[in-house]
Amino acid sequence: MALEEYKGVYVFAQQVDNEISGIALELLGKGKELAADLNEKVTAILVGDKVGNLVDKLAEYGADRVIVVDDPELKEYRTEPYAHAVASVIDKFKPDVLLIGATAIGRDLGPRVSARVHTGLTADCTKLEIGDFPLNPVPGKEDEQKHNQLLMTRPAFGGNTIATIACPDFRPQMATVRPGVMQKIAPVAGAKAEVIEFNPGFTKNDCYTEILEVVKEVSSVANIQDAKILVSGGRGVGSAENFKLLDDLAEAIGGTVSCSRAVVDSGWKPKDLQVGQTGKTVRPHVYFAIGISGAIQHAAGMEESDIIIAINKDENAPIFDIADYGIVGDLNKILPTLTEKVKAAMDAKK
Amino acid sequence: MKVVVCVKQVPDTKGGVKFKPDGTLDRAGMLAIMNPDDKAGLEAALRLKDQYGAEVTVVTMGLPKAEAVLREAFAMGADKGILVTDRVLGGADTWATSTTIAGALRNLDYDLIITGRQAIDGDTAQVGPQISEHLGIPVISYAEDLKIEGDSVVVKRQYDDRYHMVKAKMPCLVTALSELNEPRYMTPGGIFDAFKKEVTVWGRADLKDVKDSDIGMKGSPTQIAKASDRVKKGAGEKVTPDSPAEAVDYIVGKLAEKNVI
Repeated sequence: MALEEYKGVYVFAQQVDNEISGIALELLGKGKELAADLNEKVTAILVGDKVGNLVDKLAEYGADRVIVVDDPELKEYRTEPYAHAVASVIDKFKPDVLLIGATAIGRDLGPRVSARVHTGLTADCTKLEIGDFPLNPVPGKEDEQKHNQLLMTRPAFGGNTIATIACPDFRPQMATVRPGVMQKIAPVAGAKAEVIEFNPGFTKNDCYTEILEVVKEVSSVANIQDAKILVSGGRGVGSAENFKLLDDLAEAIGGTVSCSRAVVDSGWKPKDLQVGQTGKTVRPHVYFAIGISGAIQHAAGMEESDIIIAINKDENAPIFDIADYGIVGDLNKILPTLTEKVKAAMDAKK
Repeated sequence: MKVVVCVKQVPDTKGGVKFKPDGTLDRAGMLAIMNPDDKAGLEAALRLKDQYGAEVTVVTMGLPKAEAVLREAFAMGADKGILVTDRVLGGADTWATSTTIAGALRNLDYDLIITGRQAIDGDTAQVGPQISEHLGIPVISYAEDLKIEGDSVVVKRQYDDRYHMVKAKMPCLVTALSELNEPRYMTPGGIFDAFKKEVTVWGRADLKDVKDSDIGMKGSPTQIAKASDRVKKGAGEKVTPDSPAEAVDYIVGKLAEKNVI
């Protein structure tokens, strides 16, 4: 593998139903930073059926170039034709870096592609930067240190360990990133990208699956991983009805309600809203932990939040060990007034 | 019908992660268990055994002590167990792990391979799809439900806001979510059998069509630049206000200070 032939930062621009997923824009934002450090360009790989109309949006969010793979076989996501599309782009265009969203699509596509092109893939990265590998030169082997490498940092063990990983001898350097971790740029209206149409040809084989049915789950619940502010309740909230107090606060502050496992087990809230090791990992700007004791399994899913505010009656609750601001008190008495004050403050800002 | 289930022995992070006094992870203090998604995969296979008389073979890669998860699988009802273990396989990343397991699976007859979606120690969800690629068979990840229809498997495949009913021709690989089912308990007879049954042990030489450059730490495209146990985040402020009003003022003050409101 002639590594120096591989150039530029590429982003898999996930679309579903011909709508660009937020993660694609977030990855473009990060990709632009990495590309600037490498003095290279950002290329979006747009895969789908009749998706050409999405190119301008990708340009507005930072893509210098868009490679469009458009084919009727690519209407709905299926592993094989999508893997073929992306692997063919890699073979032809030779990216140095390829970023993919750690979504239910990307976490299937990424490994299949990495296995096909024989390169490394690092999952669920929380930090991506350009640097040296090894981080410090080995004495006597200074000239073996590689520069301009993608350094990928990710948590493991439910967030209890953290590792920085490189892929020094294979290309592209592939990483997946969970939604909500990277920042999209402010869109540049009217920005244009160079567009390259590329179709490697799609021939059905036994690896092609057949989609019998697509069932959209009319989810009444918001995606808690996208929320900037989460108002999260635990067993201490007491009942499904009493979550009204949290709904009100969430509405006032522009946040979303989430919950702990105990709440799901009690049937007060659906599983989609569960934060923690067996639920979702979230890292909002503000996380209110209300009536949540904060067992390690819960903490593993939220302790990366920027600001954690905990309200709990039990002054010994473990949540206070990780909260930035802990309030020992009765949520039933605090929340109604808090909601009122927050509402007043938000109104005053308008 | 032959079903192969890939399982991993993992530290039980669910049963309570333990920390040492310096705030780093106490790995030795944690129990080793069968990875939960893998156990759901095994249960799905055992249901195919109940329904169609499928033969269930369980494969694990790891240290010799990983034999324990095969014994557990026997006790649940698995027919055969294969432990892939060899010092040269150590330090493998997901690529080198998947080439190794694929090399073991090439020795077996299978209609269906089931892996867990992801293991709770690494959480990558990569090894299942990577194995399928090495074997050149279709993969359906994130299975919430599965059934057999003739020479195909039909899977309820979960996505973020929808599911697809997906049909794939066997042989095929499916990755199981722990939501797939509630795994059965070991039976007393099963536990008795578990220690009578023989575990097949394979090493490097038993892997089929695998190059030395594709296994272990040397065959791993990814390399660790730096690793550390994350020291448990320290506590911030804790206040015990005299009244709810005081509590509210405190919170509103902090929210304003941080420009949230």
